Amino acid sequence: MQTKGIWQIAWQSMRSNAAAMGGLFMVALVMLLGAFAPVIAPMHPATQVLDFRNVPPGFHGKVIRFKYAPALPEQIEAVTSVKKTDLHIEFVNLAGKARTIARSQYISEDNVYYLLGTDHFGRDIFSRIVYGARISLIVGFSASTISMLIGVILGAIGGYRESFASKLIMRFTDVMFGFPALLFLIGITAAFDPSLTVVFLAIGFVSWPGMCRLMRGQVLKVREELFVSAAKTLGFQSQRILWRHILPNCLAPILVTYTLGIAGAIMAEASLSFLGLGAQPPTPSWGAMINNGKDFIRTAPWISLSPGIAIAITVLGFNLLGDGLRDALDPKMQGK
Amino acid sequence: MIQFALKRIWQSIPVILGVIIITFVLMYIIPGDPVISMVGERFDESRIEELRNELHLNEPLWKQFLVYMGNVIQGDFGRSFITDRPVMEDLLDKLPNTAMLAAAAMFFAVLIGVGIGIISSLRPNTILDRGIMIFALAGISTPVFWLGLMLALFFGVYLQWLPPTGFGGLEYLILPAITLGLRSAAYLARITRASMLDVLNKDYIRTARSKRLPEWKVVLKHALPNAFIPVITVIGTDFGSYLSGAVLTESIFGWPGIGRFALDAILKRDFPVIQGTVLFMAIVFICANLVVDILYGVIDPRIRAERSNHAN
Repeated sequence: MQTKGIWQIAWQSMRSNAAAMGGLFMVALVMLLGAFAPVIAPMHPATQVLDFRNVPPGFHGKVIRFKYAPALPEQIEAVTSVKKTDLHIEFVNLAGKARTIARSQYISEDNVYYLLGTDHFGRDIFSRIVYGARISLIVGFSASTISMLIGVILGAIGGYRESFASKLIMRFTDVMFGFPALLFLIGITAAFDPSLTVVFLAIGFVSWPGMCRLMRGQVLKVREELFVSAAKTLGFQSQRILWRHILPNCLAPILVTYTLGIAGAIMAEASLSFLGLGAQPPTPSWGAMINNGKDFIRTAPWISLSPGIAIAITVLGFNLLGDGLRDALDPKMQGK
Repeated sequence: MIQFALKRIWQSIPVILGVIIITFVLMYIIPGDPVISMVGERFDESRIEELRNELHLNEPLWKQFLVYMGNVIQGDFGRSFITDRPVMEDLLDKLPNTAMLAAAAMFFAVLIGVGIGIISSLRPNTILDRGIMIFALAGISTPVFWLGLMLALFFGVYLQWLPPTGFGGLEYLILPAITLGLRSAAYLARITRASMLDVLNKDYIRTARSKRLPEWKVVLKHALPNAFIPVITVIGTDFGSYLSGAVLTESIFGWPGIGRFALDAILKRDFPVIQGTVLFMAIVFICANLVVDILYGVIDPRIRAERSNHAN
C-alpha cells in the first residue's frame, strides 16, 4: 500500500471543501486579472476622457484619439460623428462643435463601453479595478512575506532555547501587541512620504507578532518530540536541528497564517490608501478609488461601489483559502 | 484573586514602558526637524534655537527620553503644533464620544454575533449554518470604510431613515455603530459557533439532556456560560481596538472622537498629537486587554491557577 504525504491528504481534503475551492477560485480570478491586466482592461488605467466624467455603468460612447504633434500627448475627445476625407478628419464633439484635424494627427476612432462607469476624471473604473488587482496582490504578498520572515525567525529563536535573547524577543512581541494595529500603521506611514513601498514595509513590520507567537508555540511543542531528541543524540548542531528538523514540522500552521496574512495586508493597504496614506494618484489602488468616489457618493455612487466589492472578493478569497488550508492541514479536523 | 489581578497589572508595566520607548523612537526617526515643522521655515535662527532648548532637543538622546518619560508619567503628552492645546486635554474631551460609539458597536456585535453563532451551532452543517458562516466570513472580508459609505448612502440618502453623517442624538449613533461593529459581529459568530460546538459535545450536556431539561435551558444555562470564555477575549480585544481604532468609521461619519482627531493630526502632520494619540490609545488598548485577562480569572478559576503558575 502506498502512503500519502500530508500535502496530498490536505489537497484531497481541500478538494471536497466547497468553501475552500470557492476561495481558491476567487484568488485565482484576481491573480489572472492582475497578470493579464493589459489584455483584459479595455483602457489604460490613467487615461482620462474628460467628456465622459462620472458616467454610469453600461455607458456607450464614441471617442477620437489624435495628436497635435508627434511629441505631444495623445488627445481623446468624445464625438457624435466623424467624417474622414483623404486629407482631413472632421468630427463633431459633444458640445455640437465641429472641428477638423489633419489626417496625420489622427490616431484612431473608438467605441468605448464603460462596464462599471467612469470616475470624476473620466477614467474607466473597470480598467482601474483590473490594474488595481496588481497593487493589492503585490502589497498582500510582499507584506505577508516580510511579516512571515520576521515572525518565523524571531519565533524560532524565542522558542528553541531559553535565553536572554528569547526573553527579549517575547517581551518585544508583547509590546508590539500592545499597539492597536491600524493606528500604529497610520502613525508610521504618516511619518514618511506616502508610497506603496512605505505601505508594504510598514504592514510587514507591524504584523509579524502573531506569526512570532504561533511559531514559538509550534517550536515549543515540536522540540519535545522524539525525532528532535534523536537528532540531538546524533550530535547535530542546534542550528541544523532548528531549521532542518523543527521548521519543516511547523510549515502547515505557518502557511495558514501566511495566507490569512495576505488577506489582512490587502485590507490594511486599502484602508491606508483610503485615508490618502498609501498609493498616490494616479495609481489605481482600490482603497484610493473608494476615497475618490467618496465626494461623489450621492451623484455617482458607482465610483466607490465596485472597488469595495473587488476588495471584499479578494480578501474573502484569501480568508476562505486560509480557513480551508487550516481544516485540511489539521489532522484533528480530518473526517469531521 | 486580588493577588492574581495585581500580578497581571505588574506584568503589563514593562509592556507600557516598551510602548513609550517605541513611540519615542518612532517620532525621533521621522525625517525632518520638528521645530521647523512647528514654526515654519521663515523664522529666524535665534527663535528656532530658543525653541530647541525649550523642547530639550539639544540634549543627548537618553536625556530627551527621560524628559519625555517624566512628562508622560505626569500625564503631559505635549502640545499640538497647530492649536497649542495640550494633547491630553483634547484626548480626554473626545474620549467619551469614542467610548459611546465603541459601546454601541459592541452591543450590536454581541447581540448579532453571539445570536447567530448560537443558532449556527445548534444546526451544524445545515444550509442555515453554512449560510451564516459564509455571511460571517463575508462580514470579516468587507472593508469597514466602504461598508460605512454604502450604509450612509442607502439608509441615509436613498431611504432617508437615518442621518447619513453627523453627531447628535441616538439616530446619529446607529449607522456608525453598525459599521464599526459588523466585523466583530462576524468574528464573534464564528468564535461562538466553534466554542459552542465544542461544549455541546461535552458529557455534562448529555447529562443535562438526559435529565430532560428543556433544550433552551441546556443551551442558555449549561452550554453558553462554558462556551463564553473565548468569546470574551474577542469582545475585550475588539472593544480595546474600537476605543483606539475607530479612525475609519469616525472619519466617514464625521464623528468627533479620538479616531478622527488622530486622523486630522496625521493629515496636518501635527506630530505631538500623533505621538500622544498613539501612546494614549496603546495604553487604553493594553488596559482593556488587562481587564479581560483579569475577568478571565474571575470567571474561570482554572485560568487563574494556570497563569499564576506560569508567571512564577
